[in-house]
Amino acid sequence: MTGTDRERRLRFLADLTWRQIIVICSVTSFVILALIAAFTLREGLPAFVEIGLAQFLTGTTWDVADNVFGILPMILGSVYVTLGALVLSVPLGVACAIFLAEVAPYRIRQIVRPAVELLVGIPSVVYGLVGMLLVVPLIGRLGGSGDSILAASIVLTVMVLPTIISVSEDSIRAVPRHHKEGALALGATPWQAMWRVTLPAARSGILAGVILGMGRAIGETMAMIMVIGNSIVIPDSPLSPARTLTGSLALELKYAAGLQWNALFATGVILFVFILLLNSSALVMRRRGRT
Amino acid sequence: MKLSPKSVQRIAWALCWAAGVIAVFALLLIIGFVFVRGVGAIDWEFLSTSPRGGLSGEGGILSALVGTVYIVLLTLAIAGPLGIGAGIYLAEYAKDNWFTSFVRYGVEALAGVPSIVFGLFGFALLVVALHLSFSILSGGVTLACLVLPTIIRTSEEAMKAVPRSYREASLALGATRWQTIRQVVLPAAVPGIVTALILAIGRSVEETACLYVTMGGSANMPTSILSNGRTLSLHLYYLAMETLAMEKALATGVILIATIVVINSATRWLSSFYLARMQGRS
Repeated sequence: MTGTDRERRLRFLADLTWRQIIVICSVTSFVILALIAAFTLREGLPAFVEIGLAQFLTGTTWDVADNVFGILPMILGSVYVTLGALVLSVPLGVACAIFLAEVAPYRIRQIVRPAVELLVGIPSVVYGLVGMLLVVPLIGRLGGSGDSILAASIVLTVMVLPTIISVSEDSIRAVPRHHKEGALALGATPWQAMWRVTLPAARSGILAGVILGMGRAIGETMAMIMVIGNSIVIPDSPLSPARTLTGSLALELKYAAGLQWNALFATGVILFVFILLLNSSALVMRRRGRT
Repeated sequence: MKLSPKSVQRIAWALCWAAGVIAVFALLLIIGFVFVRGVGAIDWEFLSTSPRGGLSGEGGILSALVGTVYIVLLTLAIAGPLGIGAGIYLAEYAKDNWFTSFVRYGVEALAGVPSIVFGLFGFALLVVALHLSFSILSGGVTLACLVLPTIIRTSEEAMKAVPRSYREASLALGATRWQTIRQVVLPAAVPGIVTALILAIGRSVEETACLYVTMGGSANMPTSILSNGRTLSLHLYYLAMETLAMEKALATGVILIATIVVINSATRWLSSFYLARMQGRS
């Protein structure tokens, strides 16, 4: 590059300035993100201190009037709903992934894959609305009001399905072709090759997809509020109403004060930790799947 | 009775077909249901008037539409430069040490944190502590924090995908680091970065939980970014849960799904367009 001294100096200056701007942008981003974690922790800490971690996690009453805050009902609500969704969505999702990776003719795949992608984009309130109008009345026929863990699980199943399908399909496709061809050459049927060779090889990737889906299920808020009934009870059957951790935050935050405020942030901390654990294990799974 | 491998094969493949059919059926059911029940309530008046009559659920969606546009623009204006800047930093400037990997891990982890936790932060800091009250500004800043990790990660990946040889060629010609980034790396990474921004737009349109606790939810037409307001998703939630105007909620759902379809196709069109261009170039 030629140029006068002046031009060269300007170039050098531009280089430095832009570098500074980039550094400022990124430092701001990282500080904001760190701040979110720190802030939630700071506001939640008093609740852990005052109530005690064990008491907070295992307490079965959440009563604002009595100033008693235990989140076991919400933990159970979230866990049951998530497990229910996984029981339905994992077999369905993995089967659908096998279908897309191995079974479906090219044209069918070109229809199913965009359909699955579209499912990801539909706003969660739309799922909630369809759940309210279609799923809840159906479950109401089985008994109760219909606002229930079962309804919430069904709605969540559809919501996490795309994640499980796309991650599983990717990891099934990532298994080298000659694995399968070796099995076929030995006389295995395509299904035997899939079940005994390809799926075991893709296992960690599929698990990573399931864990990501779990993360999405636990984090879902509005769609759950719309179909789960939100009463603070220890759920005793799939038809029983319940409340999730996230739902509790959304419903009470705006009117919270005092210890309730701290207890809500402490709930946020618990969610935070939960998701961190899930994501870390998904990360480990993915890495293991790659090697 | 033991089934022969051949029959197991047939049954297994049939089940896989069934799974594919169920996935498509679920989509058709959801979209079909929302469209069939909702499309009738959409007319010009629905699009061009604001909700009125308090809990009666009358009126249209204009103020929610305007609120959505406000939120999308605000989120992009805040998270776009910050996120792309941080992406450039991580891809081009950051040294490979423990601190960088820690930051990367943190960004990755925050991308999965439930949006309502961001809502907690936005409510406590912006709405209460900074006295921004329930406003489009509070909602937009909260949402910007929410999409920031995704933008950082996606734009970093887009820049990392640019071959090293491009940079080396440019540096060997005597270009400075910034000239290399701006004239060589960024143009090649544009489709990835634009995808990141479109993802952020999609997220802003569909997000509800973190706005529910920061934006206020007023049905009035917003006059500035300090107005209390609602987005379309939030409007749908209020219609379904508080106003109980299901027809209007479904009609709003139609508009939301249509928006998402447009955004999705824009992403796909854009990436295939750039793919074609890149291949044409090489």
